[in-house]
Amino acid sequence: MSLVSTETVPVKAEPDVVLVRRRIRELSAKLGFSLVDQTKLVTAASELARNTIIYGNGGTLQVETLNGPRTGLRLTFEDQGPGIPDLELALRDGFTTGSGLGLGLGGAKRLVNDFAIESRVGEGTKVTITRWK
Amino acid sequence: MEKIPILRMGDFLLVTIQVDMQDRLAMALQDDLTEMITSSEARGVLIDISSLEIVDSFIGRMLGNIAAISRVLDAQTVVVGMQPAVAITLVELGLSLPGVRTALNVDAGMDLLRGTTNGSKVS
Amino acid sequence: MTTSVHQEAPGIGPIIARHESEILADWIREMSVATRRSDRMKDDEVRSQSAQFLRLMKQATESGGSNIQSPAWQQVRDLLEEVSRSRALAGFSPSETATFVFSLKRPLFEQIRRAYKDQPDHLAAVTWSATELLDSLGLLTTESFQKSREDVIRRQQAELLELSTPVVKLWDGVLALPIIGTLDSARTQIVMESLLQTIVQTNSRVAIIDITGVPTVDTVVAQHLLKTVTAARLMGADCIISGVRPQIAQTIVHLGINLLDVTTKATLASAFAVALDRLGVTFTKATK
Repeated sequence: MSLVSTETVPVKAEPDVVLVRRRIRELSAKLGFSLVDQTKLVTAASELARNTIIYGNGGTLQVETLNGPRTGLRLTFEDQGPGIPDLELALRDGFTTGSGLGLGLGGAKRLVNDFAIESRVGEGTKVTITRWK
Repeated sequence: MEKIPILRMGDFLLVTIQVDMQDRLAMALQDDLTEMITSSEARGVLIDISSLEIVDSFIGRMLGNIAAISRVLDAQTVVVGMQPAVAITLVELGLSLPGVRTALNVDAGMDLLRGTTNGSKVS
Repeated sequence: MTTSVHQEAPGIGPIIARHESEILADWIREMSVATRRSDRMKDDEVRSQSAQFLRLMKQATESGGSNIQSPAWQQVRDLLEEVSRSRALAGFSPSETATFVFSLKRPLFEQIRRAYKDQPDHLAAVTWSATELLDSLGLLTTESFQKSREDVIRRQQAELLELSTPVVKLWDGVLALPIIGTLDSARTQIVMESLLQTIVQTNSRVAIIDITGVPTVDTVVAQHLLKTVTAARLMGADCIISGVRPQIAQTIVHLGINLLDVTTKATLASAFAVALDRLGVTFTKATK
């Protein structure tokens, strides 16, 4: 997998969520993702950006463009916040409940191809998602 | 901060969301609508989201809240014009927006509010 | 003439420059003997591609040495990619496509031999670097070829998938979507996209999803159906599921599958009747 380009975006305050959406929309459109795939990735990014701000006390987003053999976008949200005590619980949510409370991690996971999360209480959280074309 | 305009059409309120909303703006809309439903004694709210390219869990919840709140205030809410990509994404997110009535477009939505057609209902 | 061992392709550039038209003519003759596919590609197309390749190769060897990945060779690589792509689409085999490059060897070596007839060491060195160069360029065509074929296959797969889930307009405002075969998650994505797009385009309020052709309905398939129904609803269209055979009805109850309040009918016809009723459409018999 060859990395074509990488950029870092601050995810510190609420206005940054909109900026993240716009940037990911721009990049995924430029890479030629289908409209549905673009929407899924941007929505997942929106969820995770919000988490970083609200639960992680702000952090960063690293965007990597991958190209070879497959084209893809990899987003890494990282913060030095309180961390998530029970990852398994956070990832679990029902499809039809739609209660929408909590971190929405399970939902975001379904919107992307690859999903990885690391979190340590008192140290921070790192979520990496990838969408392939 | 800009506010989303709410138009009044007789007994109904019409909102067209055209801008990518920050959470704050969404909350403001919820508050403004609640206020206006009461003050204008509206019996229906039509929310046009045909320009919205992203509906994430926060905005989804806001729509659900507006529907629930308006019901308490004896008014109906109809959300119209959801884009296919948005619908597919919401479903994947696990949000089915229970309690939110939907229609294909503004015309269909107004028909629904006026009670002139059997409608699309989301339980 | 000074030559350095690995930075330059010693002498290839000037040799091509001096005997370009002769090499081109020989090469084209080699190709027609080797492939005999005049029906697949027009002669003048082959001629123009070859002439262009030779010209670009001359420029590249003169300026950039022998590293074909370097920027000096970009135009050559682009041309080879186009050559590969067009041959892949025309149904050539990978070998036939690589022959485009490899058949240049003999004509080129012939000119090199003539140029260094009395300098065996130099002759060997230049011949070797020429063969290295053409080998790597030939392999490049194979890689491009692979990729083009894979693109074609992927596109055909997508088209097949789309064709197998047609959305039909039954009436003004009523769509029918007959699903034939198993409904897995990949298929569900296609089904949803196809159905929702058509709902928007035709302004249809009712979509009948017919599952007569779906062999088994278990909890997974039911979930996929529910996803589709929910997505359509979010947009403002109602779904009716038809083709629910008695066994399926039993399975649904047995598995405790909750179909929310989706209307289900045994036949497409009865589902259609329900759809028309919802739209307020009635039929009256013409009186003569």
